[in-house]
Amino acid sequence: MANHTTQLPAHPGEIPKPNTAWIWKTFWVITAITALEFLIAFTMPSSTLRNSIFIILTIFKAFFIVAEFMHLKHETKGLIWTIMIPMGLLIWLLVALITEGNAIHKAIF
Amino acid sequence: MSTISPTTQAIPDSALDKPRTGTWDGGNEPLNASYGKLMMWFFLLSDAFTFAAFLTTYGLIRHKYLVYEGAAENFVTSTAYWPIPEKIFNAFPGLHGLDLPLAFVALMTMILIFSSVTMVLAVEAGQRFDRQDVQKWLLWTILFGATFLSCQAWEWSHFIAGTDKGMLMNDGTVIHGANLAVNEYGPVLFADLFFFITGFHGTHVFSGICLLIYCFIATTNGTFEKRGHYEMVEKIGLYWHFVDLVWVFVFTFFYLV
Repeated sequence: MANHTTQLPAHPGEIPKPNTAWIWKTFWVITAITALEFLIAFTMPSSTLRNSIFIILTIFKAFFIVAEFMHLKHETKGLIWTIMIPMGLLIWLLVALITEGNAIHKAIF
Repeated sequence: MSTISPTTQAIPDSALDKPRTGTWDGGNEPLNASYGKLMMWFFLLSDAFTFAAFLTTYGLIRHKYLVYEGAAENFVTSTAYWPIPEKIFNAFPGLHGLDLPLAFVALMTMILIFSSVTMVLAVEAGQRFDRQDVQKWLLWTILFGATFLSCQAWEWSHFIAGTDKGMLMNDGTVIHGANLAVNEYGPVLFADLFFFITGFHGTHVFSGICLLIYCFIATTNGTFEKRGHYEMVEKIGLYWHFVDLVWVFVFTFFYLV
């Protein structure tokens, strides 16, 4: 992979300063969402609404991990869609299997 | 077959000993990502299918059972309904008998999220060719990963050994702990799914730690520096974040919902 050698610093031995502010920002966002989830888990009675809030907050967390930590936000549009379209279809499949699949319980159990 | 001429004559010199750079010769990077990173993304996509299958199974089986109705403080385990997680996962190492709902799993979640942060820091250091920083952050990631795995080992052994109270059966026997055939927490499938889903995730964490240890050794030996890039750290970083991502979902569906 000779094309990567172009990334080498111009003067060997000279190391650029770290740029980590965005990493810590993402970390605090994910921590805050997790803390909020615990707050809801202990203050709100179990209900469909509570479960929906949990799932939405989880998707928020997943967005920050995939977009920032896995760098997907900064990849080409083609790669973003290559990953997101199958994931979207997968979520559709998951919802369909769980809602429609309950029929098998009525049929065989 | 005497008509075949030596290859040196058949192929012009301009075509020899040159890397292929044509669009269809593997010379370019489709989607602007290198071969390795692209393949890691596709592997992770297929791995997501596997975990989605597990979570679908969990959702389907959970819907088959009744929901526990009533106040959480009056909760007793029964095979008639699905248990509520904060009454099952309420133990903490060294604090025997105390009711600390979800405290230990909160700690585990924070450890894994933190290991993801140290992993990004390692990737960032690799892009700056800062070998010492890469080593430092990889070591932290290995440490947090191993801590998470140890926590899971404790969680499993506690789940298997069970509580002092156990579950009283109709014939007067008391069940303590859990295995694949019987458990004190609720329906048999509750423990089965716990073992399969957290076990499969734990196996992923274990593989991740092995890859990170390889990465640390290669960094220390200067392998990546000689290669001219730290792309291996980035690829293993992708895998590590995926493991964290899966835990975010397992945590929601197993411990919160």
